[in-house]
Amino acid sequence: MARKIVIEPVTRVEGHGKVTIRLDDRNNVASSRLHIVEFRGFERFVQGRPYWEAPVLVQRLCGICPVSHHLAAAKAMDQVIGVEADGLSPTAEKMRRLMHYGQMFQSHALHFFHLAAPDLLFGADADPAVRNVIGIALTNKELATRAVLLRKFGQEVILATAGKKIHGTGAVPGGINKNLSIEERDALLQGAGAPAIETMIDWAEEAVEFLKDYHAKNRALMDGFAAFPSNHLGLVGRDGALDFYHGAMRAVDAGGKRILDDVDYRDYLKYIAEEVRTWSYMKFPYLKSLGKAEGWYRVGPLARLNVCDFIPTPRAQKQFEAFRAYTGGKPNNMSLHMHWARLIELLHSGEVIRELLLDPDLQKTELVRKGRKRGEGVGLVEAPRGTLFHHYRVDENDQISMANLIVSTTNNNEPMNRAVHWGAMNVLSGKRDITEGMLNRVEIAIRAYDPCLSCATHALGRMPLAVELYDTGGNLIDRKAR
Amino acid sequence: MSKPKARISFTVDGKKCSAAPGQTILQAAKDNGIYIPALCRWEGFKPAGACRVCTVRVGGRYMAACTQPVTDGMAVENDVPDLQDMRKALIEMLFVEGNHMCPTCEKSGNCELQALAYRFLMLVPRFPFQFPARRVEPAGKKILLEHNRCIKCLRCVRGVRTRDNKAVFGTLRRSRDKKISVDQVLASALTDKQARQAMDRCPVGSILKKEVGFAVPIGRRKYDKEPIGSDVEKARG
Repeated sequence: MARKIVIEPVTRVEGHGKVTIRLDDRNNVASSRLHIVEFRGFERFVQGRPYWEAPVLVQRLCGICPVSHHLAAAKAMDQVIGVEADGLSPTAEKMRRLMHYGQMFQSHALHFFHLAAPDLLFGADADPAVRNVIGIALTNKELATRAVLLRKFGQEVILATAGKKIHGTGAVPGGINKNLSIEERDALLQGAGAPAIETMIDWAEEAVEFLKDYHAKNRALMDGFAAFPSNHLGLVGRDGALDFYHGAMRAVDAGGKRILDDVDYRDYLKYIAEEVRTWSYMKFPYLKSLGKAEGWYRVGPLARLNVCDFIPTPRAQKQFEAFRAYTGGKPNNMSLHMHWARLIELLHSGEVIRELLLDPDLQKTELVRKGRKRGEGVGLVEAPRGTLFHHYRVDENDQISMANLIVSTTNNNEPMNRAVHWGAMNVLSGKRDITEGMLNRVEIAIRAYDPCLSCATHALGRMPLAVELYDTGGNLIDRKAR
Repeated sequence: MSKPKARISFTVDGKKCSAAPGQTILQAAKDNGIYIPALCRWEGFKPAGACRVCTVRVGGRYMAACTQPVTDGMAVENDVPDLQDMRKALIEMLFVEGNHMCPTCEKSGNCELQALAYRFLMLVPRFPFQFPARRVEPAGKKILLEHNRCIKCLRCVRGVRTRDNKAVFGTLRRSRDKKISVDQVLASALTDKQARQAMDRCPVGSILKKEVGFAVPIGRRKYDKEPIGSDVEKARG
């Protein structure tokens, strides 16, 4: 009998999503889809608001990486008031960078230790009651403590730069509203609310080593699970360095050939379009030059390490070299290697935070610059989950008349669907009895992308996982909840 | 005719106070280190009695402390549970009558309505939200008028004037349909300093000086450190 399997909601991701998998009479997968079931509407209700409100308003899209939205909007609004990204005062630019790398640090720590690690430590088939962050705390107190403190450190950086750990107000059009006091700097350097920066960098490096060790012991899983070729898109610095805050767009194909290079992100509409499909609130972006079928791409830690030439901090660069060497210098297309890339970025963020904290520009007082106003701006940053586009038009009364947001998870829509399909085909297809562990493997494929479904549909909360089986007539024949 | 007394005596919640003749209850209480909350009052403007948050009770009768002159021997009830709850209800009504989105409002931390809500420990209004359909209206070249947040305190009507003393703001319609209106020509003539003053005089985030939002970091805003009214109470020692 044909069946439809529903995984709703997908757990240990930010936001609400569901997976449907249809099995035919022989239990083979007929189709699979990742649906995003939230509807938000930020692009609409930001219309009419004063332009300077946008960085504070749109960051409410998310509670995990509000700083990315805050900064992407601020970068767009810099242009609206006539200030180019490289026209900010050094203090403003570096304060924003510090905020952003602090956020990258906390978000990556959150994802790896709180959301992804339970699968790695306990295995996909472990009891869900244990396979979670509390399970980690009960079995590995040291690791759990580090998880909490690493995240806390990132949040302390955000507090010092934005005024609040979540949803602050630091970046304003043309600059920033505060510098970093000596007391704030020393608290982060020497440790106050969280351990000192040196400890954070050491722990981040140990996390990379932990992952590498896990990889060595679980090579088949890490290399084979949800591995599929794709294009990759990301921001790189002018010199080709990994850069989360500013640079040019670059895209490579699965073999490493450059599709886009040195593209000014203000021209993104020339290169990227979005397709709407009826069954999801999330759009499907693609590279125009390759078309809808071939132009989909991955963003995020894996894509970033695939598009950049090097990492401009020594310890992360050393790890990056090993990461690159594993695929012979070619792009890495293995979904679970996203965790490896993410932890290298965690280490890099720690090193950048230390560099910035030691920079005396952060104590200077030129915070805001102004230029000649214009009606439009595009801001782009590399958010923890990948490339984030904010595009606004502002009318003659300083009110926003148009907003277009392409968030990281939206960019990863097609890859996540491919990952779900890989899981369905390789884990479920042809099997008569579907276990919870098998369904969790489908979720692991999604989880590798660290999707933020709330951002992607421009709700917070958690619901228990429910699996429903339908017959061909659409009748519910079995339901299991956890 | 007897000569008026130099000072008159009255009490607030039983505490002996003195006042100059002609002072309102609110002014006199302040001089005696007693805070009576108010939203429509602004030092130097003619009292309007618009918001009623300063309501006190004298001899069983309710009156606006900002308009009622204090008299000799007056016994004012101020900080008593039923009055405080009534004031809290008034604050809640102001929240539900408009669209107050504190998390994204640039006046947050400097907003008197928000500060009073914190002082009164307002969590969720007891009244249903009205969600009125209101807009943001340009007011000349330097100001945006955010009608969603307006509480009709009339401070702008009374106190925002051009150099030749012409009122920039007025009112349209009455009762729940009352709306602040703006003279676009006069508003365009405001200097930057006057536009800044207009924004500062608005107790909420309804008058916005263009291009300057969120300039003061969190932690250094007016009510970040201490609740509204602390300055008055500190003076009491």
